[in-house]
Amino acid sequence: MSSTILKEADRVMTICNACRYCEGFCAVFPAMELRRTFSDEDLKYLANLCHNCRDCYYACQYAPPHTFALNVPRTMAELRLETYREYSWPHAMKSFFQNNGLLVALITALSVVTVSLLTLLFQGHDVVFGTHTGAGAFYRVIPYAAMVVPFMALAIFVLISLWKGFATQWRTVGGTPQELKHWPAHRQAIWDVLRLKYLDGGGYGCNYPDDRFSMIRRYLHHAVFYGFMLCLASTTVAFGYDHLLHRPAPYPFWSWPVLLGTLGGLALLAGTGGLLYLKRQMDRDPAAPETLDMDMVFTVLLFLTSLTGLLLLCLRATPLMGTLLIVHIGFVLGLFISMPYGKFVHGFYRYGALVKNAIEQARENN
Amino acid sequence: MRTGASPSVGSSEPIDVLVIGGGNAALCAAMTAREAGATVLVLEGAPREFRGGNSRHTRNLRYLHDSANAVLTGPYKEDEFWEDLLRVTGGKTNEDLARVTIRASNNVGAWMEQHGCKFQPSMRGTLHLSRTNAFFLGGGKALMNAYYLTAERLGVLIQYDADVRDLAIVDGHFVSATYETAGVARTVEARAVVVASGGFQANIDWLREYWGEAADNFIIRGTPFDKGRMLRVLLDNGAQSVGDPRQCHAVAIDARAPKFDGGIVTRLDCVSFGIVVNRDAVRFYDEGEDFWPKRYAIWGRLVAQQSDQIAYSIIDAKSIDLFMPSVFPPIEAQSIRELAEKLELDPDLLEKTVENFNAATRPGTFDAGELDDCVTEGLTPPKSHWARPLDSPPFYGYPLRPGITFTYLGVAVNERAQVILQDGTPAPNIFAAGEIMSGNILGQGYMAGFGMTIGTVFGRIAGKEAVHHVIDNLKGS
Ligand SMILES: Cc1cc2nc3c(=O)[nH]c(=O)nc-3n(C[C@H](O)[C@H](O)[C@H](O)COP(=O)(O)OP(=O)(O)OC[C@H]3O[C@@H](n4cnc5c(N)ncnc54)[C@H](O)[C@@H]3O)c2cc1C
Ligand code: SF4
Ligand code: SF4
Repeated sequence: MSSTILKEADRVMTICNACRYCEGFCAVFPAMELRRTFSDEDLKYLANLCHNCRDCYYACQYAPPHTFALNVPRTMAELRLETYREYSWPHAMKSFFQNNGLLVALITALSVVTVSLLTLLFQGHDVVFGTHTGAGAFYRVIPYAAMVVPFMALAIFVLISLWKGFATQWRTVGGTPQELKHWPAHRQAIWDVLRLKYLDGGGYGCNYPDDRFSMIRRYLHHAVFYGFMLCLASTTVAFGYDHLLHRPAPYPFWSWPVLLGTLGGLALLAGTGGLLYLKRQMDRDPAAPETLDMDMVFTVLLFLTSLTGLLLLCLRATPLMGTLLIVHIGFVLGLFISMPYGKFVHGFYRYGALVKNAIEQARENN
Repeated sequence: MRTGASPSVGSSEPIDVLVIGGGNAALCAAMTAREAGATVLVLEGAPREFRGGNSRHTRNLRYLHDSANAVLTGPYKEDEFWEDLLRVTGGKTNEDLARVTIRASNNVGAWMEQHGCKFQPSMRGTLHLSRTNAFFLGGGKALMNAYYLTAERLGVLIQYDADVRDLAIVDGHFVSATYETAGVARTVEARAVVVASGGFQANIDWLREYWGEAADNFIIRGTPFDKGRMLRVLLDNGAQSVGDPRQCHAVAIDARAPKFDGGIVTRLDCVSFGIVVNRDAVRFYDEGEDFWPKRYAIWGRLVAQQSDQIAYSIIDAKSIDLFMPSVFPPIEAQSIRELAEKLELDPDLLEKTVENFNAATRPGTFDAGELDDCVTEGLTPPKSHWARPLDSPPFYGYPLRPGITFTYLGVAVNERAQVILQDGTPAPNIFAAGEIMSGNILGQGYMAGFGMTIGTVFGRIAGKEAVHHVIDNLKGS
């Protein structure tokens, strides 16, 4: 056992394995039951399988102030954070997960300032504060090359980094490359993700923000996830329009990129706004204080990115367009840079854990 | 009676129904009485974090049902239910009350769900109960949370940290209760009272009256708040008692468990796979008499009869994976001698016991799921199943102590849950539900999931009858 948190996770899972009352809530307990003792790797896997619904905290007869002081969601969240550090690539970036809230906020601020300064410097006042309409209007503020080249490079880096992290996790939890090609497991895991199966607490939802069961968090998370996907789709279509059809932005309202982006942006706004509101209300006992600022800053960043995107859409024919574009691009840049080093990675590691779980359970049921 | 807004504690108007206790029986009574229109105050002796008594340690209940449903795999009908009860109690049951319980439990799961309970299908390790017992999603504490939420929503008043000290009973008639909260004594009047304060198993002094010094070494599996004060007060005020005061449901649990509230995780299911020795490193009972679920309840008593109330279950590498994992790691050694040292037993004696045992085992086909033919010959006490020599290191030891689940002594009640007085008449406005009266039905033995059945059924009866009494009385006056 390498760290205090791993020791605590081992203690917690050992107690739960002798109890098993929470078996019906999620995938963690059935996976736990396949083991009698827990290696570090097992615990890291279980931590990422936990969706932090908190049901098992309020249901636990051993929760504090009981002498066993069992806090499964909190322990799992702390261990998850440790795995984010461990899996990060390049590995030197692991310290980014300390003070993550502050760092991501700084990076984003820096991104906005840099984009502003560079644009002002190279394009000048008149361009930034002028009114631009018609095809290629955005490129008149931030030139094509300045927009596309850095983002392409960054996107490639982010993808590599996320993949490396995912691969490290897969190896760490004892997965083989063969198993990664277990398609039925992927099908199962994708289905679990698309429904957010394990935020449903056995059919009744999370105990969030307090000890009552509620589906609200699951629905808000759906809004964020599908909103993000729609925005991604919008960007991809726009990229295609621009480079294959040679139709540069901005596009009219009744066009695929704008419709997808608007819908996605609104969903993201509602989802992240709702989640932030709930987080302020939430009972902090089952939460890990260490991850609070990381969760917050990521959600705020998504919120601001969609907000500035939507404002840009509404005000693109006014002299505010330049400023909004700069701010929006700044936020997107901050989001991109911090993607492999913040809350965003949770989706990938959870997906990895779900694939492993699907493989394990399929084997067990055979 | 006021059906509208609920009154506040301490208002001059007396409460209609006072409920003493905060476990399953208490809440079932409180919700029922409130739904019938009464003002209801619940006095729970425990603080909010530990509310729910032993009920919060439970995981299932057994109820009558004609056909399979979403969580139960097949029918469980009255005759079978009754036969099961007759068997476990050896006939020590009041048939009228037992039949009331069984019949009134018919589809009680639906009522529970309406009051917030969530069920789940049977768990992997408990499939043998999947037809008869419905499991609570998240266990008993989740059930208690749901009931408290529903009770609050209905307008039941709940006071935590309210340790009821005494009841004013005049001519078998309840007048008021005195409770202590934050060091201050208060008196509350009510038109009827439901006493649902559990057994007295957490009262070591009381247990000592029957068990002597041995009681000091008992571990109490559930809440430290069930000290039986209300039971004593009722008996002192002329209530008829039922159940053998000396008896308690005691199982062998891990000796390293906390003194109170260790709950389900401290149980050990390894006994039947090895041998059990006492402090003198001597075996004292047939470890393989029957399947463990049928035998675990006698082992508490067996261990209680050993010196210092301690025993050690010893198994070897062949058996370590055969039972549910337990909360404390086994004590592990490469030889019996080393294990004896670690367990602080006499190494020579333990070696001798194991040698004798090994020599007496006869070859057979081991099968953990059957009453197999692995037996000892010429050994006293014998081991009649699963007797395999202890010869494959590492060897493992688990210390055992008696773990008390509940006590059998209670107050006699009638079918309306009214407490019966010495002269055989019922106390008009004193009702009892749950563990405090389950001795009427479970005179001895135990049947998985039946404690919650009794509490649910009699909690509901007590709640309803208490309101009847209040209404009749108000009409009369
Ligand atoms: C580990 C364990 C597991 C169990 N599992 C099951 C199971 O799966 N199924 C099953 O059917 N049964 C099970 N049982 C038995 C079951 O717990 C009891 O039968 C049942 O909980 C009794 O309910 P009750 O409401 O009568 O008592 P309790 O739930 O014990 O409630 C008594 C309440 O009274 C309060 N109280 C006591 N004295 C006072 C006072 N003076 N003033 C105010 N309040 C007071 C206590 O704080 C407590 O809230 C289990 C027991 C244990 C220990
Ligand atoms: S969280 Fe508590 S109640 Fe749930 S399985 Fe673990 S020990 Fe049991
Ligand atoms: S918090 Fe939810 S998802 Fe995590 S272990 Fe507990 S019940 Fe499972």
